[in-house]
Amino acid sequence: MSIKDTVNDARSKWMEGTGADNDVVISSRIRLARNLKGIPFPHFMSDADAANVIHAVRIAAENTELVKQVGAVEFTDLAELSSTERQILVEKHLISPHHAENIKSRAVILAPDESVSIMINEEDHLRIQCLQPGLELEETWKQADKIDDLLELTLDYSFSEKRGYLTACPTNVGTGLRASVMLHLPGLVVSKQIGQIVGAISQLGLAVRGYYGEGTEAYGNLFQISNQVTLGQIESEIVENLLSVTNQIVNQERSSREIIFRDNRQLLEDRIYRAIGTMRYARMITSQEALKNISDMRLGIELGLLKGLTFEKINELIILTRPAFLIKKAGQEMEAGERDVLRANIIREKLSEIKFD
Amino acid sequence: MTKIINGNKTETNLCEVCAQEENSIGMGPNWMLQNIVAELFNQSISGSPQVQVTRSKPIQCEQCGFTDVNFSQVGKLGCPKCYEVFEQKLDPVLRRVHGFPTHTGKIPQRTGGSIGLRRQIEELRQELQKAVTREEYEKAAEIRDKIRGLENQLG
Repeated sequence: MSIKDTVNDARSKWMEGTGADNDVVISSRIRLARNLKGIPFPHFMSDADAANVIHAVRIAAENTELVKQVGAVEFTDLAELSSTERQILVEKHLISPHHAENIKSRAVILAPDESVSIMINEEDHLRIQCLQPGLELEETWKQADKIDDLLELTLDYSFSEKRGYLTACPTNVGTGLRASVMLHLPGLVVSKQIGQIVGAISQLGLAVRGYYGEGTEAYGNLFQISNQVTLGQIESEIVENLLSVTNQIVNQERSSREIIFRDNRQLLEDRIYRAIGTMRYARMITSQEALKNISDMRLGIELGLLKGLTFEKINELIILTRPAFLIKKAGQEMEAGERDVLRANIIREKLSEIKFD
Repeated sequence: MTKIINGNKTETNLCEVCAQEENSIGMGPNWMLQNIVAELFNQSISGSPQVQVTRSKPIQCEQCGFTDVNFSQVGKLGCPKCYEVFEQKLDPVLRRVHGFPTHTGKIPQRTGGSIGLRRQIEELRQELQKAVTREEYEKAAEIRDKIRGLENQLG
């Protein structure tokens, strides 16, 4: 898939809705921060250094072994993309918001299925990201580890025996590893257990936050959990720790759903079918309302009520209804009201092909 | 939405509602973390009396020119060498952020040098110790030979 397809197609490998525990876990991500020896970190480097880093990483990523692993990678200078297109890459989780902001001497390398992306000159010289659907942390770590080895065939990483892989910010030093999972937790939100769980998780060196929304509000009941500690633990320990905590949350979420389904079945069904009703017929939908309804419909699939709908379709709807994607679709900027109309149109069109009963 | 970062202006044309949304995705925690780290670093400057004196004269990295004052402003270091230059002040920060200040994970092939080999020898020595305590002398001899082999590789 070329970069032009990437910014026009909402779909991506991580949204396939497959993988282990896909009734709760949407995706698993591994990110490795790496820097090149002897060169200042991106926020403090010269243009000449930045160009050298881009050149070196590009050559490293196009090595035949790596291409054999992940497919023919595509290199894109961020300056070649419009701000809307860069924002779409953010919405598809392929680059960070930070990377999209400042385009000078920045680039991204993407695998054809978008499961691997390498950001160049983000906060660190390299940010290697592997993203897979479902709870597949160990597999995803293995893939990132392998890609890291292959890149290193021609790159000299900055590394110290005491501190490990050296990064611009000391919060990433050591392994440079950030492992995370994206979870759908409507059961824990409805049963009001989520606050307690967030508190408990923070004490285990992990961070939880709502994926969309501000402060404590998590629109669409989507949460991300990731490790905070990157130094003093080996990579497999970090991954194992996140995996075991995630497994516990998955079980908690499932039992909450069972209880709600058992005790309040009608209320729950009503909520799910109302969401479908709104999404199929509404003429204007805000982003927040769309996320709420998408969450209810996803729960409908997870409980086995909505046979015609798939996780993949639902994930696609999330991305299709994000702001930058709508602007791209419209080909122009829009007022909030116009955008809500377009969002409702797109949702109706997507759902019209589906038989719900 | 116009942002100016390091003197570079970027413009994204989003309405107010979208701008708020876009801002909220993934931005919060990292930004906060960097500020907290910078603050910890500041504390380690003002916390000890002998470093107080150096405050008037910033420590500067000889390789990239970054100073400890720069770090306390942005929460990031200038280059890999800075980790050595600011070692003393960074140590307490790393302990507080990560709990343990020493790397135990992956070692790169090209720039890792003999670290991997030395780590392997260290692990074998511990095994040897255990074998001796358990009076498993045959196993101990085996391990000892392995250690010798690796030590020869170290040269």
